[in-house]
Amino acid sequence: MVHDVAIIGAGVVGCAMARRFARAGARVLLLERGADILSGASKANSAILHTGFDAPPDSLELRCMQAGYQEYLTIRHAMNLPLLDTTALVLAWSETEAARLPDILAQAHRNGVADARALTRAEVLAREPRLAASVHAGLLIPGEAVIDPWSAPLAYATEALRHGATLCFGATVQAASFDGAAWLIDTTRGRFGARLVINCAGTHGDHIEALFLGRSHFTIRPRKGQFVIYDKAAAALLGAIVLPVPDDRTKGVVLTRTIFGNLLVGPTAEDQPDRDRATVDPEALTALMQRAETMIPALKNMPVTAVYAGLRPASDAKHYRIHAEPGRGFITVGGIRSTGLTAALGIAAHVFDLCALPDTAPPPQPPPMMPNLAEHLPRDWQHPGYGEIVCHCELVTRREIEAALHADLPPGDFGGLRRRTRCAMGRCQGFGCHARLAELTAGHLTPPLALPRERRNG
Amino acid sequence: MDSLPPVDLLIIGAGPAGLGAAATAAAAGLSVVVLDRATVAGGMPRLCGHSPFGMREFHRIMGGRAYAARLVATAERAGARILANHSAVQITAAGVHVATPDGVRCMAYRRLLLATGLREASRAARLLPGERPMRGILTTGALQGLAYGPGAGSGGLVPFQRPVVLGSELVAASALLTLRHLGIRPLALIEAGAHPVARWPVGLLPRLMGVPCHLNTRIIDIHGRDQVQAVALRHANGSVQRIDCDGLLLTGAFTPDSSLARMAGLRIDPASQGPEIDSFGRCSQPGIYAAGNVLRGVETAGWAWAEGQRTARAILRDLAGDLPPADTGLRIATTGPLRLCLPQNVIPGARHAAHPQLQLRVTRHVHGRLVLRDATGAELWSRRLTGWPERRILIAPARIPTLPSGETAILSITEQATR
Repeated sequence: MVHDVAIIGAGVVGCAMARRFARAGARVLLLERGADILSGASKANSAILHTGFDAPPDSLELRCMQAGYQEYLTIRHAMNLPLLDTTALVLAWSETEAARLPDILAQAHRNGVADARALTRAEVLAREPRLAASVHAGLLIPGEAVIDPWSAPLAYATEALRHGATLCFGATVQAASFDGAAWLIDTTRGRFGARLVINCAGTHGDHIEALFLGRSHFTIRPRKGQFVIYDKAAAALLGAIVLPVPDDRTKGVVLTRTIFGNLLVGPTAEDQPDRDRATVDPEALTALMQRAETMIPALKNMPVTAVYAGLRPASDAKHYRIHAEPGRGFITVGGIRSTGLTAALGIAAHVFDLCALPDTAPPPQPPPMMPNLAEHLPRDWQHPGYGEIVCHCELVTRREIEAALHADLPPGDFGGLRRRTRCAMGRCQGFGCHARLAELTAGHLTPPLALPRERRNG
Repeated sequence: MDSLPPVDLLIIGAGPAGLGAAATAAAAGLSVVVLDRATVAGGMPRLCGHSPFGMREFHRIMGGRAYAARLVATAERAGARILANHSAVQITAAGVHVATPDGVRCMAYRRLLLATGLREASRAARLLPGERPMRGILTTGALQGLAYGPGAGSGGLVPFQRPVVLGSELVAASALLTLRHLGIRPLALIEAGAHPVARWPVGLLPRLMGVPCHLNTRIIDIHGRDQVQAVALRHANGSVQRIDCDGLLLTGAFTPDSSLARMAGLRIDPASQGPEIDSFGRCSQPGIYAAGNVLRGVETAGWAWAEGQRTARAILRDLAGDLPPADTGLRIATTGPLRLCLPQNVIPGARHAAHPQLQLRVTRHVHGRLVLRDATGAELWSRRLTGWPERRILIAPARIPTLPSGETAILSITEQATR
């Protein structure tokens, strides 16, 4: 069967893309080399829904972010996707930084974020009394918010699935040829045909483009970001997302609550050649924690719940690399470095418009309702009949685990189960629940978490 | 939310400390409810397939599971009600919010005892470097659950075949025995320090089991995305070694499971990471006590059980109006290689205290004088001290001079030059 569209990469952009095209009636194939969605860059980010206040003015990135932001707000209720209405503060910690705030504010206004406004030091401290008194001044960006970085793309992919999309995991693209009408794509999971290929391959986007077109318009320069997640007790220390005055390379180190009730600090910005290997190192993590403690002194001695590292698919230029190859049915969506979660729905709409495909929408399917994992909303354990609590740190129930394992799009690996339920994501990181999870997931995860020991005598 | 009538003593955690307290308090006539979040009560010993347990409590050598069952039976026979699969989620002024499979309840109490125990520090909390493979990095507690937990079956569940073991505290012996039970042969045991932390049997056990033991060695990298593939080690002489393996077993580095206390706003000792207590086990909010391993790193089950019993006796005196006022003691803060001092608040001249001695821990081997100074730096008291990390150090506080109550004194160690 020749698909209308093959999307390469089931990160947040690929999932949103699959949803957009499938909803329009296209026969969509989503190819992913990992065992689950979000196996690459999209699994590690700061989970912020950005207004675009500091995006390059008049850029495609800004348009996609703002369109994505609006669409998220529009669809989130029907899909039960949470939003933690935090606001953000851009904080200056020196006179030099404070001197740059007016320009940032002007840019925010130019970008249509009309409600952004300047705050004095006293106003900042009145809003956030646990911040260090050494803060100089700030900007308030009321529209910035925190979302669930994993449930949202899972909802997009699930909706694509319900509209007939095919999801194929473990499918690494090996070769491709264009016969003038359609692409033949050879993967580790077999050969597929598609009239249009959309390259959403993240940190491998340039490789995929070269594989299809013989050359690439851009080069991915992976940028590693390390994060520290503090214990839930820390979330009470902060209301707003705290952003630094950005430099021209990155958005800088963010301090924010997470939707799951923790406090996050990160990311670092470390350029590296390796596309897949994202390591944490104690020096960088310690430096992040020191930075966080400088901003909120009460974080000293706060336990660390988790650390992680992700690779942002930065490219050799700062802007998004969205490029349609004329006459060959190939579109690259590359260089979506740090705003992909916000912009994904907007990018999908933009690319759909680029393709000028007929919008032969099938009868609408009900949107998938995602289970709530947000700490500020009622969780499953608050409802009777859950059986048992399996993960005590994150209060994940057996009912939730079983629902995830039997969902339309079940987890392809343990990481996928963790992202779908929060199990083993808490302060003990599996000390208390690993064995029970191994039992409950037996037969569902390949390879399994653990195998019964072979009996010695047959 | 349903609210239940108050009980005299509500205990969170049905491990040795909670059950010891429950047995004592119930035998004295209090109404006692013990909550445990696990589906089976008994605490950590439940997951220890090996001996020895029970020597202090029952004067016989028992396996962990039989010992845990005996603790549960003893508390129940005394009249305590033990509710497994009941998760305390929040401590409020009205009571403890408890998640049960039948809905959330608010359970009121006259006195509350936190006996929530401990956990081993995770890979994240240890800030270990490298990749974060989805499978293969486990703590001893997780491994014991696979080997001896309710779903383990007769032979246990096996997460890896060729792990590297990190740490040489006493629990490393339990880890090695559990590995042997599962038929797993570890490739190496790594300890960052110059000596095995535990005296016996850990110092000997790796050799007996044929496991290479690397002292003065640190993990500098972990390889693997899905499953652990290798760890890179740096030895004392600076050389780097890569060991191809499929697992990393993290042992020890215990930390109190004090999140309920922390979220409730109880004062947490930055040194122990557990709730601060006074000589009677009282926390910083009225009516709330803590006992067992939530107070510190790890102690033995027998120790936690006895501590729970002593704390229950303090609670009985409290309910009879027979305890000196709280917050009247000498607060002790620790510095340097002292890792913790329990209790943090010493009530002068306290008779029949739950904590009749000071419990100290050091972060490394020390040899010198233990010195207590007041806020001005003047020496109040000192004595000789030799200590090893993670080993029990007990000081009789009777010799410590009383200070005006409410003062904070600093306990430190002045080391002698090593030979």
